[in-house]
Amino acid sequence: MHDTQTESRTANRVEIVCFTVEDQDFSIEISHVLEIRGWTSTTTLPHAPDFVVGMMNLRGTVLPVVDLSLRLGFGKTEPGKRHVIIIAQIDHKIIGFLVDAVSDIITVDEAEMQATPDVSSSRTQAFIRGVHSLDDKLVRAIDVREVLPREAPLSA
Amino acid sequence: MNDLNQMFFQECDDLLEQLSSGLNELEAGAGDDETVNSMFRAVHSMKGGAGAFGLDQMVSFAHAFENVLDDIRSQRLTVGDNVVNLLLTASDHLADLVESASQGAELPPDQGASILSDLKHVSNAANGTSDNAEEPAEEIDEADFQPTFLALDGDLPSLDEMGAPEDDGPEEGGTVEIRFKASPQLFANGHDPAILFRSLESLGKLEVEADLTELTPLRDGAWSDPALRWILTFSPDDSVDEAAIREVFEFVEGLCELEISMASAGPGGLPPLPAPSDIQLLPNALAEDTVTATPAAPRSGGAPAPNQTDAAAPAAVRSSSSRTSTIRVDLDRVDRLINLVGELVIAEAMLRQSMDEMPSSANSGVDEAMSQLKTLSGAIQESVMAIRAQPVRSLFQRMSRIVRETAREAGKSARLVTVGDATEVDKTVTERLVEPLTHMIRNAIDHGLETPEARRAAGKNERGTVTLEASHRSGRVVIVIKDDGAGINREKVRQIAIEKGLIRPEDDLGDADIDNLLFRPGFSTAGEISNLSGRGVGMDVVRNEIQSLGGRVSLQSVPGRGTSVTVSLPLTLAVLEGMVVKIADQSLIVPTLPLREMLQPGQAKVHTLCDGDSVLALNGEMVPIKDLGTALGFRSTPVSLGNQSLLLIEGDSGQRYALAVDGIAEQREVVIKGLEQNYQKIPGIAAATILGDGKIALIVDTDQMIAPPGQGGWVDRAWPDATGDVHHA
Repeated sequence: MHDTQTESRTANRVEIVCFTVEDQDFSIEISHVLEIRGWTSTTTLPHAPDFVVGMMNLRGTVLPVVDLSLRLGFGKTEPGKRHVIIIAQIDHKIIGFLVDAVSDIITVDEAEMQATPDVSSSRTQAFIRGVHSLDDKLVRAIDVREVLPREAPLSA
Repeated sequence: MNDLNQMFFQECDDLLEQLSSGLNELEAGAGDDETVNSMFRAVHSMKGGAGAFGLDQMVSFAHAFENVLDDIRSQRLTVGDNVVNLLLTASDHLADLVESASQGAELPPDQGASILSDLKHVSNAANGTSDNAEEPAEEIDEADFQPTFLALDGDLPSLDEMGAPEDDGPEEGGTVEIRFKASPQLFANGHDPAILFRSLESLGKLEVEADLTELTPLRDGAWSDPALRWILTFSPDDSVDEAAIREVFEFVEGLCELEISMASAGPGGLPPLPAPSDIQLLPNALAEDTVTATPAAPRSGGAPAPNQTDAAAPAAVRSSSSRTSTIRVDLDRVDRLINLVGELVIAEAMLRQSMDEMPSSANSGVDEAMSQLKTLSGAIQESVMAIRAQPVRSLFQRMSRIVRETAREAGKSARLVTVGDATEVDKTVTERLVEPLTHMIRNAIDHGLETPEARRAAGKNERGTVTLEASHRSGRVVIVIKDDGAGINREKVRQIAIEKGLIRPEDDLGDADIDNLLFRPGFSTAGEISNLSGRGVGMDVVRNEIQSLGGRVSLQSVPGRGTSVTVSLPLTLAVLEGMVVKIADQSLIVPTLPLREMLQPGQAKVHTLCDGDSVLALNGEMVPIKDLGTALGFRSTPVSLGNQSLLLIEGDSGQRYALAVDGIAEQREVVIKGLEQNYQKIPGIAAATILGDGKIALIVDTDQMIAPPGQGGWVDRAWPDATGDVHHA
């Protein structure tokens, strides 16, 4: 009896990688994260949305890098040596997220995640799955699938 | 279980291939005893496997098939045209059965019913039996035998008896003495003498004795080597001949010492053998070698020397090919290895580049080691690429079925001749060639070959020939599909093209121009849409498919003599020859295949029309100029053409244009990296690659640059994203 309770409690616990973009705290489930790398220069892509910084070479895999700051509406990042790229696997795609810094890896209870406050921006509603309050911080959980660049329609 | 299943179907593919090549030999009249033997083994193995997986449909069909082959093998049935045709149809049906079984389905029972009854009819006729007594699943019941007790312990024969077992002689008419000794490999392969003996016992009365003379105390001998020799005294039932006995031991051929001594024929009838009757199969000797050698011996005795070498040649080829051992490897693993080697080559180039930046006083020993590393990594890359290469044989063999079926449907008589089927091509290329080749073969038979009557009237062999030829030529693979038909009826092609509005009646077209009309979309030569080739797929689709593989198609035709289509393909899809160009501080790759000419700044005669559009005057031709930088959105306005280099590109459909770039760096081979896997298709870009400095360079899709403005123009395409925001490219 006691055991099953602990089990059900641990089943809801997930590890998240916390990172900052423009001094704000965000998070992504650790199950998506393959590795974290320092900034390397990318190759600009033609006809790409502005938040796609370009293509990077991760030991022979060619993958796109998304500027999360621009994607979340904070303005363009001028990437430098301090910036890091979170390499994440989403479904079958491997994507890099350009962020300011990775701050922590913590365990949270998925059930305690609060719904995104009812704000007006449709972008907030779409990109933020929910919020964890930790101490005095608000850590926003990103919906990784929504922030990805969408496939361009075949017939324009 | 899943793995096992998969292994079985892979093995079936191999066996079908073996069967098919045997059939081809038979068809060409070149087959010998061993050809039939190997076909028999192939069908037999498939039957065995199918039984293990409970594929009853396949088992019963394979059983009937195998019986016919057995009749041929034991010369109860002579191979004529109709038998070969039956075998061909049967092997097609067997392939269908395998395919449907691999998808977990069964074929509707009536589909192969007539073939099955034909097979049974032929084998019954050959055996002189008309009754249908033979149950299809008879042989697989072997597993149900009552366990038999083998007298292993006690009662050991005395050494005297051992020394001269032959002296015992046959006690009654028609006993066979079999001496059997397993090799260690027999056990390693999961065989068990006891099971073999039991299946032998189902054919007659069997006594088993163990010869313990070679048994040594455990501490002395190699404990893993079998020391027992078995002496079997076997009184076969009626109608059991030596072949049937050998069949029991078929799967352990080469894994044991086997001696079969036939005693004098008893009333129940084992025929005395013409040749010396004991064949000793030595351990590890390949079954093929031994079996071929035996029948060859008596034949060569009567025949003059040249014949002997003729007979020996195919056997030698076969045995050498069967001696090369192979392993099955998951393609993913190979691809991972190829990727890693690609990395290695890039890392090596990066190392070299940073070494070049060091002061030249650096150690010359390092330099030497570097060039060794370069050679090595190049060699590794080449060998890894070779892993993906496989002979086109299996592809060609698939085509022989298409030829048969199409000829039957079209009421024509055709045969397929293949040349160079050992030519190796990248696996992906062979896979993607199936469709276009099928289509071209159908075309060749349906449109190319004449009816048998017309052929006779033209003084040709009634049977048309379609030739498939593969060869390596200057770093590319060339595949030629040739028929000896009537050739292209250019008058008719022209007329159809006019009807379809592809050309104007007054257009003056050369022969080659008319032939090229066949590749135009929407062109179909069949007067009435035929069931065969008029499936809505034209030669334009064939060409598109070949082009997407980086290949080219061309067509030659001589009236009355036939048509040949030549397909030229790159050796591998993983590497591309390209020109590294610079645009707005970016490196891009332009494939060299469509590249015709390069013009340095100032060399070209450029005329500016309006709105910044310019054309290049080249040999009296006006070629439009496209600025690659603006086309890809790297800059908004073209820079002055005066400082730019021009690359003259010829598209596959013949349009020419000049691509303006800032500079041309070098020509090199690049490893292709797809963009779609992690991102998406980018208009105007075919793929990406990694340069020596580790940076990514995009590979330009030259064909997409030609797309005329307004028709699916991609340059101004809007980009809607998740929030509905629209970014303009």
